[in-house]
Amino acid sequence: MNRIEEKFKTLKDKKEKALVGFVTAGDPDPETSESIVTAMCENGVDILELGVPFSDPTADGPVIQRSSARALKAGMRLAGVLEITRRLRKSSEVPIILFSYYNPIMAYGVDRFYKDSLSAGADGVLVVDLPPEESGELTSGWKDDKFCLIRLAAPTTPEDRMRMIAQNASGFLYMVSMTGVTGSGGLDTTEIGDYVEKLKRFTDVPVCVGFGISTPSDVAAISAIADGVVIGSAFERTIEENIENPDIASIIGKQTQAYKDATR
Amino acid sequence: MSENRAQNTQKPGTNIFGWPDQMGHFGTYGGRYVAETLMPALLELDTAYRKYVLDESFQKELYGLLKDFAGRPTPLYHAERLSKKTAGGAIYLKREDLLHTGAHKINNTLGQSLLAKHMGKTKVIAETGAGQHGVATATAAAFFGMECKIFMGTEDIRRQAPNVNRMKLLGAEVIPVESGTGTLKDAMNEAMRYWVSTVRDTFYVIGSVAGPHPYPAMVRDFQKVIGEETRRQATEQIGRLPDHLVACVGGGSNAMGLFYPFLNESIRMTGAEAAGRGIETGKHAATLCAGTLGVLHGSKSYLLQDEYGQIKEAHSVSAGLDYPGVGPEHSLFKDFGRVEYVSITDSRALEAFEVLCRTEGIIPALESAHALAAAMDIAANTPADYVIVVNLSGRGDKDLGIVEEVAGA
Ligand SMILES: Cc1ncc(COP(=O)(O)O)c(C=O)c1O
Repeated sequence: MNRIEEKFKTLKDKKEKALVGFVTAGDPDPETSESIVTAMCENGVDILELGVPFSDPTADGPVIQRSSARALKAGMRLAGVLEITRRLRKSSEVPIILFSYYNPIMAYGVDRFYKDSLSAGADGVLVVDLPPEESGELTSGWKDDKFCLIRLAAPTTPEDRMRMIAQNASGFLYMVSMTGVTGSGGLDTTEIGDYVEKLKRFTDVPVCVGFGISTPSDVAAISAIADGVVIGSAFERTIEENIENPDIASIIGKQTQAYKDATR
Repeated sequence: MSENRAQNTQKPGTNIFGWPDQMGHFGTYGGRYVAETLMPALLELDTAYRKYVLDESFQKELYGLLKDFAGRPTPLYHAERLSKKTAGGAIYLKREDLLHTGAHKINNTLGQSLLAKHMGKTKVIAETGAGQHGVATATAAAFFGMECKIFMGTEDIRRQAPNVNRMKLLGAEVIPVESGTGTLKDAMNEAMRYWVSTVRDTFYVIGSVAGPHPYPAMVRDFQKVIGEETRRQATEQIGRLPDHLVACVGGGSNAMGLFYPFLNESIRMTGAEAAGRGIETGKHAATLCAGTLGVLHGSKSYLLQDEYGQIKEAHSVSAGLDYPGVGPEHSLFKDFGRVEYVSITDSRALEAFEVLCRTEGIIPALESAHALAAAMDIAANTPADYVIVVNLSGRGDKDLGIVEEVAGA
């Protein structure tokens, strides 16, 4: 069993849903970023998603675009993200998913990426712009199920395609809550409930919902219909508002706790 | 872990014909590297494209529009004074600048908008650099009665101001994009983001042979009318095919349009990229000459990027060439050596711009001036019976401001 599977099993026993927390690694700078993600892990995040900054994040809204730009400016690159992963892994068993566009991974080298991610202690990767049609070139050299490719389904995904995606899933499935970029507003829990239910017909892999979830009450609403909740832009907004604040890590820690409470 | 049919099936190195495959790959290039939200729309578009491209009545309707609305065929014109000036090969100009809206872009926007209409879409969006694709999309949208939004970088809005006014007159909304350098790449980023949010009812009219499958193949097929006409005209006017074809390469659509119908002839082809202030300065847009393999805006191709896979900013005096990517099929042609790609600096393009104004009374687009400069180099080293066809992809009215600015600087 890999760390992600173990995590969902534990959560199931405790009758809790998963809090998946996303931040861009290196935002606002490598050091502060490390204290932020450490605080997230210590305050109840069940799965950590570490964003690899990219110059042209076409699937992201303004908040994550700006976080990516700050992290790049502060010198963060894929190797640095793996370094943060490696250090976190020394003190925490929280599953870590790398979150990236494909080009930085290609430039790093797909085989080297797989090897180095595993040795750093990462548990998987979500590549935003790598649909199943193209993902073979990344995963063809993967040897076992220790490292997962997290796949996405969207509200526009038709049912037969959902089946194809679900049947290839590993770790968990990421159900995008709305037709839009990250950080958009307007959750429709009835609609989302339908998508999740459809996906679950095709697989036993847990389904987490992300995009546009920002308050503990959103988290509670999604927890009622899915196996986990992904929060990204809301954390990034807090980082942006507290860039100069020395208490930034503990503020993020408290925010994490509030979300985690809503999953119970 | 389990894997699906996603494995690339192509064998790189087999040949340059017949691409893309079913998955949209041109050898190792191309493909569909987009967010899942867009995948169903691309699959739907692919189906519609295959259905209509083979459909005779669609082709007939499009042909009628190209003829009566856009002004095809465009002349193949023997530029005798220009040829005399370079004292070598015979330079012919394929006059795409004479088309309605002033550039080859209209061939593609009429095609895509007609397809959008058949698919029942009522809204179109587009990115634009020089503003030519924006104007051509706005024009097609006005013609078909569709709502139109054009994404354009703030720097390009500044340097191509006349086109911004034209788009507004045509009823399009021009959305300024401030991120990055405010140029074509940034406009395309923003158009893709907007499309992710509106994909259910909005058709994205991509302006070059770039982007995810089926765009590179579809735009090629809408532009290949340039080469098909050139074939016919050359045969009629000079009794044979040309010896050499030359076109500028931004995303690569005007070049692809001219080259494609001649691929299996023994004819030399040259693509002129923008060397900006010189490749050695790092301030250029010569993707094929100086780039490396990567993924941007939905397809795998040569790219301007750093060693970490971060996209570099392109630089060119010509807004339409100021782009760090290039169409995937050109990457294939480069690897096969089928097309030779050269780069032309800002100052050499400006020189060629002026030469054409003075010798032929034709004001070319700065993009096309890159092709002219490359053609004059070729002409200077070839005999008088060596026939060179240059794609004069657009007219230069839009560039008068920037030319004046550069001349004054
Ligand atoms: C007149 C003209 N030529 C060429 C280009 C470059 O595009 P492509 O390489 O796709 O032909 C543009 C783009 O805006 C243009 O306006």
